[in-house]
Amino acid sequence: MNKTLRIDWITVLIYFLLVCTGILNIFSSTYDIKSFSYISADSIAFKQFVFFIFSLISGILILIAPSKFFQKFSSLIYLFSLLLLIGLFAFGNTVYGHKSWYTFFGISIQPTEIAKFATNLAVAKLLSEIQIDLKKIKSLIQVFLIILIPVILTLMQPDFGSALIFLSFIFVLFREGLNPNFLLLLALSLILALFALVKPFFYVSVFLTGFFGCFYFLSKKINNKVSIIPLVTVFISSCVYVYSINYVYNDLLSQRHKDRIDIFLGKETDIMGVGYNLNQSIIAIGSGGLSGKGYLQGTQTKGRFVPRQHTDYIFSTIGEEWGFYGTSVIIILFTTLILRILFRAEQQKTTFGRSYAYGTASLIFIHFFINVGMSIGLVPTIGIPLPFISYGGSSMFTFTTLIFVYLNVDANRLNETRV
Amino acid sequence: MIRVQLLKLLTILISGIFFIKLFSLQVLDKDYDKLSQSNAILELEDYPERGFIFDRKGKVLVSNQPAYDIMIIPENLSPFDTLSFCKLTGIDKNKLILNLESARKYSKRLPSVVVNQISKETYATLQEQMWKFQGFFIQKKSIRDYRVNFGANVLGYVSEVNNEDLIEDKYYRQGDLIGRQGIEKSYEKELRGKKGKKFLQKDRYNRIIGPYKNGKYDVKPSQAKNINLTIDIELQSYGERLMKNKRGGIVAIEPETGEVLALITAPSYNPNLLVGRSRSKNYKALANDTISKPLFDRALLAQYSPGSTLKPLNALIALQEKVIDDETKHSCNKGFYYAKSAHMDCNCRFGTKNDLIRGIHKSCNTFFSKTYMNLINKSNSAAEGVETWKKYLESFGLGNYLGYDLPIGRPGLIPNKGFYNELYKGENWGATNIISNGIGQGEVLVTPIQLANLTSAIANKGFYLTPHFVRTRDKEKTRNKLSKINTKVKTDYFYNVIDGMHKVIEKGTARIAKIKGLDLCGKTGTVENFTIVKGKKTQLTDHSIFIAFAPKENPKIAIAAFIENGYWGSRWAAPISSLMIEKYLNTYITRPRLEKRMLNGSLEYEYNKPRSGVNFNINE
Repeated sequence: MNKTLRIDWITVLIYFLLVCTGILNIFSSTYDIKSFSYISADSIAFKQFVFFIFSLISGILILIAPSKFFQKFSSLIYLFSLLLLIGLFAFGNTVYGHKSWYTFFGISIQPTEIAKFATNLAVAKLLSEIQIDLKKIKSLIQVFLIILIPVILTLMQPDFGSALIFLSFIFVLFREGLNPNFLLLLALSLILALFALVKPFFYVSVFLTGFFGCFYFLSKKINNKVSIIPLVTVFISSCVYVYSINYVYNDLLSQRHKDRIDIFLGKETDIMGVGYNLNQSIIAIGSGGLSGKGYLQGTQTKGRFVPRQHTDYIFSTIGEEWGFYGTSVIIILFTTLILRILFRAEQQKTTFGRSYAYGTASLIFIHFFINVGMSIGLVPTIGIPLPFISYGGSSMFTFTTLIFVYLNVDANRLNETRV
Repeated sequence: MIRVQLLKLLTILISGIFFIKLFSLQVLDKDYDKLSQSNAILELEDYPERGFIFDRKGKVLVSNQPAYDIMIIPENLSPFDTLSFCKLTGIDKNKLILNLESARKYSKRLPSVVVNQISKETYATLQEQMWKFQGFFIQKKSIRDYRVNFGANVLGYVSEVNNEDLIEDKYYRQGDLIGRQGIEKSYEKELRGKKGKKFLQKDRYNRIIGPYKNGKYDVKPSQAKNINLTIDIELQSYGERLMKNKRGGIVAIEPETGEVLALITAPSYNPNLLVGRSRSKNYKALANDTISKPLFDRALLAQYSPGSTLKPLNALIALQEKVIDDETKHSCNKGFYYAKSAHMDCNCRFGTKNDLIRGIHKSCNTFFSKTYMNLINKSNSAAEGVETWKKYLESFGLGNYLGYDLPIGRPGLIPNKGFYNELYKGENWGATNIISNGIGQGEVLVTPIQLANLTSAIANKGFYLTPHFVRTRDKEKTRNKLSKINTKVKTDYFYNVIDGMHKVIEKGTARIAKIKGLDLCGKTGTVENFTIVKGKKTQLTDHSIFIAFAPKENPKIAIAAFIENGYWGSRWAAPISSLMIEKYLNTYITRPRLEKRMLNGSLEYEYNKPRSGVNFNINE
């Protein structure tokens, strides 16, 4: 069958819609109200357009590449991206205290973005190996290493937000047979971490003692054979965990990160200070109302009340100028895209194909969740882009590549034999 | 199956939560909309530029200059560094607190002025730092720029509205300007136009970055009108210079149209004193000068005895009432006894016989006293006679407000029978009691503009047009619907009176006013006046008065001049009037020595007499 006919055109359509939305809204949030020339070669919207064209060309090249190309070269791509990350410490540019960028001839490249794609490839490749079994400790160590190396390198930049993105691979692992307890453990530690940050260590330890005490006595009543040693181990490790969270928060995190967490937890109400961004973003979105103020008519957008509005806070421009209708469309587009890729993932005949598609969907999901959640105050302020929409060449290139490799793999699935 | 479905379910769950949150944020919660309105949009009044004022030849007298006010919207105020604010703007800290308090009292939502008219330099430095002062903004407005140093009494001035203005007219907001005096006041509506509304987009540094929605919601102000005055600023400034160091009022009118060519009061002030930051300080200084009263417009407000300048009018009335005719002669023996031991003095020689024309140019008191007595006695009673006489005077615009287009005025006074009944406590008075009216020394009071108008009516031989200060544009009807107002004296009777007035210049009391090649008609006046010194009525040096018009045929200018304590009419009033007429009609002066003497002459020594505390002589 002809390959073009088997391309997932729905994903392609959504991809184009999101990119166009992005360029339009980047224009709105960056054009100079006072200048009459709307379109100029050095305008930010135009740059984004150039990034898009460049990404699209490379996307088409990816599409016509042989089907096994990426599976074969995944290790190489992964190693290359690790080299890029390591190279940052020697050649990187420091922006806002982060050593996250290479700058060549005025073009900035963020290797962490590329690492997201490369890690996705590497994880899919590893999971497709016959000898890999996620129930075995050795396999687990292997796969966690692949994920953790870029995470650690990213944390060293330091870029806390981007490192968090790599958590999305837990969904891939879970799909491929990871013990649900890992997921449970992750969820529990997140809840416990939040708890630890809100309440003083003393209260949390009293609570934990009470909780485990009750658990012990209740279990004993139902089933006399309760071993006390694992329970005590879990109790002690919980206490250590909570204590270390407090330690990390108080002694390791920079004030900037602390502030962001405080805002999210509702501890800080100083809206002119650190909460300013979030507050302005919510005002902008809220003022959009049902149908928005109209394209290029956003008062908050024009007034530049929302900082970094064309990158991390692009969603507030959409919210203000297109209203609830606009934000709904964006959410529907993202939801459809993620569900569509997840649906096609299940139809893949190879583990590689399925894992890769699953990873792609997970990455988009996490970005979408954190970015939109942050813009409307549901998630702490974490500086990561909204895929396809936020301004940024590296992000545009990475997500386009992610999507087109998925399209390539997906279009070739009928040529595969199920493994 | 949970392994396959988990992420799908999570995606749907998260999207659902986003939907709910966005719905509540964007559709249910309207507070965010208001918040956005208040921190991103500034609603401002859009003032049309105040209209210019031109003189009759099209010269700009009043235009505008930019000024910057620091405004506050109290509800947007957040704590700021008062010290650096005071340092930047030069405002006193206590004053700042006071202003902020009164702004809050006025309105929490509407802007009020905190610091008035800062300089351009302050504006430039402050503009950079406005982000530090949330709730404050700078409003550019225009203030008056008086291009001439003359005519302050005509032009008037503008100042900020006060509380009464705000209550009286809802159009005004605190900090608005309103015309206070002169043309600025009487043409306030035309000059101000009608303000509109402007919505501006602010950025997060509290700076204005442009119009909101391209001005979609703006209300366009309606254009202010420019005003063309009838005043000839050359003549006005010449008159004011001639009046330097003298007190009094001069009014010049174009008889044919009623257009006021010059309205001079002395002393006056530079109109630019009442503009800008030092306005109130200067105003106080002017208002506190209760001795020379520079804010008191003598041309419109001062009520003087007309003296002999009333004689031509009395002659006209007598002619119309047929008490005299062109042939009537009265003998004068340095005056005459009009009652037992009541002598009317006159400057005529013993045994003079004066007819009307000689009576006028010799200013014969006897002729006019006798004529006046005959006029009063013609009626059944003196009371009736006074009433008849009064009606004539009224038809010449005396005894009432003239209805000109400046906001202030005085009616003057024409005594009626009631007035004399009260004065003489009963009806037991006769022509002899009121004989002084015949020579203008009685109870009649006129303002300079009334006397100028009277002169204009004589020049027109029987009619006048209400004096006015704003020119009607060709054919376009303005609010002065001007029509001829006819006096009660027929045109026929004017010829001889005018001949008499012509002789006044040619060979009479005002030969000093003669201008080569011009036929002037005039009449001098010298009037006794009194003041209270240490509780005692004290006579001061006479006022010098002169009326004139020229040319005799087809007159182009009629003038009335009062120079306080200038002694006789031809000493100050006649030469000054003559110079002004020459300046207006010929544009050059043929008598530089006279001009120099008038320009440099000072009457300050006269004005100092009553305050000197020692006895003084008058009429030296």
